[in-house]
Amino acid sequence: MFNKFDVLETINMVEKEHLDIRTITMGISLLSCIRATAEETATAVYDLVCKKAQNIVKVAADLSGEYGIPIVNKRVSVTPVSLITAAFPEKSILVGKALDKAAQTLGIDFLGGYSALVHKGTADYEEKFIRTIPEVLASTSRLCSSVNVGSSKSGINMDAVRLMGEIVKECAHLTKDNDGLGCAKLVIFCNAVEDNPFMAGAFHGVGEGDTVINVGVSGPGVVESAVKAIPNADLTEVAETIKRTAFKITRAGQLIATEASKRLNARFGIVDLSLAPTPARGDSVAAILEEVGIESVGTHGTTAILAMLNDAVKKGGVMASSRVGGLSGAFIPVSEDIGMIEAAESGKISLDKLEAMTCVCSVGLDMIAIPGNTSASTISAMIADEAAIGMINNKTTAVRVIPAPGKKVGEWVNFGGLLGRAPVLPVHESSAEKFISRGGLIPAPIHSFKN
Amino acid sequence: MHAVVTVTGKDKKGVIAKVSQFLLEKNANIEDVSQTVMDEYFAMIMLVDISGIQEELSVLAQECAEMGKSIGMSVHMQHEDIFNAMHNV
Repeated sequence: MFNKFDVLETINMVEKEHLDIRTITMGISLLSCIRATAEETATAVYDLVCKKAQNIVKVAADLSGEYGIPIVNKRVSVTPVSLITAAFPEKSILVGKALDKAAQTLGIDFLGGYSALVHKGTADYEEKFIRTIPEVLASTSRLCSSVNVGSSKSGINMDAVRLMGEIVKECAHLTKDNDGLGCAKLVIFCNAVEDNPFMAGAFHGVGEGDTVINVGVSGPGVVESAVKAIPNADLTEVAETIKRTAFKITRAGQLIATEASKRLNARFGIVDLSLAPTPARGDSVAAILEEVGIESVGTHGTTAILAMLNDAVKKGGVMASSRVGGLSGAFIPVSEDIGMIEAAESGKISLDKLEAMTCVCSVGLDMIAIPGNTSASTISAMIADEAAIGMINNKTTAVRVIPAPGKKVGEWVNFGGLLGRAPVLPVHESSAEKFISRGGLIPAPIHSFKN
Repeated sequence: MHAVVTVTGKDKKGVIAKVSQFLLEKNANIEDVSQTVMDEYFAMIMLVDISGIQEELSVLAQECAEMGKSIGMSVHMQHEDIFNAMHNV
């Protein structure tokens, strides 16, 4: 028989502390769908995705019912679409729409992979593909897009960085009636991972198998409660407590991942150990940092606590799962975390502090609203800064900012649901135009002499 | 195959009777029970064999939660593996 306290602890985690499985994401290779024309390819893509993932919603509901743990999102990630449409890049939009339609047919929440990997150079077809992103994101609802512009091995493709600044602006413009919602579905990466189950940056890497199941766990509320229970503990004990809590959360994810892959006839890929917040109270990463002992996220000490949290989550999680991957870290999206929203509203967190925080956790400048009149080159410069942090530190970093159309500092964007809401934060006004217009490649860094 | 049934809430008469009756009707066999009342707070954990149930566990779990609501208690039925996974190394 089980220990009574263990059983009640699990129930309490779900009922009071928002423990959930954030996502079951099926990665599907689209390479077999390449046909002679865009129209035929789009049809093949739609058919394949609908066939492979036909049971994902039902299986998730069954597992959720059997184990008593909510499974919040069902998602699909696919091979970067730029590879599928290389022969007819201008018509990539047809494949994008087919994917969005497949997502609707399946009843899944998001589908990621309208992506291009251009970290060392942008092929002609890739540039044409990237230029279709704004229109595709404006005319679809569940499709997500990402572009990898740098890596530790190859450096940063500054031509792509410059282009992405313009693309972000155009995404905002084409979705101006929805606060620039298109930008919330577009991530610009450095060191993108191939097995990430989280959106908007998920895609199914070409090094992956045919069909895999990746699971993202969550549970900031559970960690917050665990830390709250030890108000006088020193930081060694706090780290240990976080580690133990992460272990339990991840074990739940591992169980769901193994069962889901069996029932969906796919290989088990990885469990992603990220603490992913939602805008609900009691489901906030910022609240954990504050519980450890800072008055507000964004003040001095934030980076140190975040570093400890991120590391402790990984240590507990790695022990709990047979295969760990994805992004695996604490997420700090501003609009999706009630603690971050409040800190941004009261001016206690700045873009500069957020950038510093991304040095020690995944994933980057995430879901941050900036003034609508921010120039493309300034956005490119933000992307370059984040990419540099990722490149030098051998980690994934990303930028998902929303230049809120027609809005100024202090005004709000509101996307609803998991994407949340956020006040517009100020950016530096001095220009980086000359730097960005130079283009070229920032060479890969030397990996010895690490000081 | 086993499931864990957890019943919590304010103590009142007939909770065990009602839950056991429900499980009997569903052809689930109670193998172990642990139950306490602390400050009028009722907590019971049952290990039940569900090999003989006629419906899917997810459906039964839903019915179980509804039965719980009808008697003003919080009742969960979950596959035992979730507890094995989370609390045993």
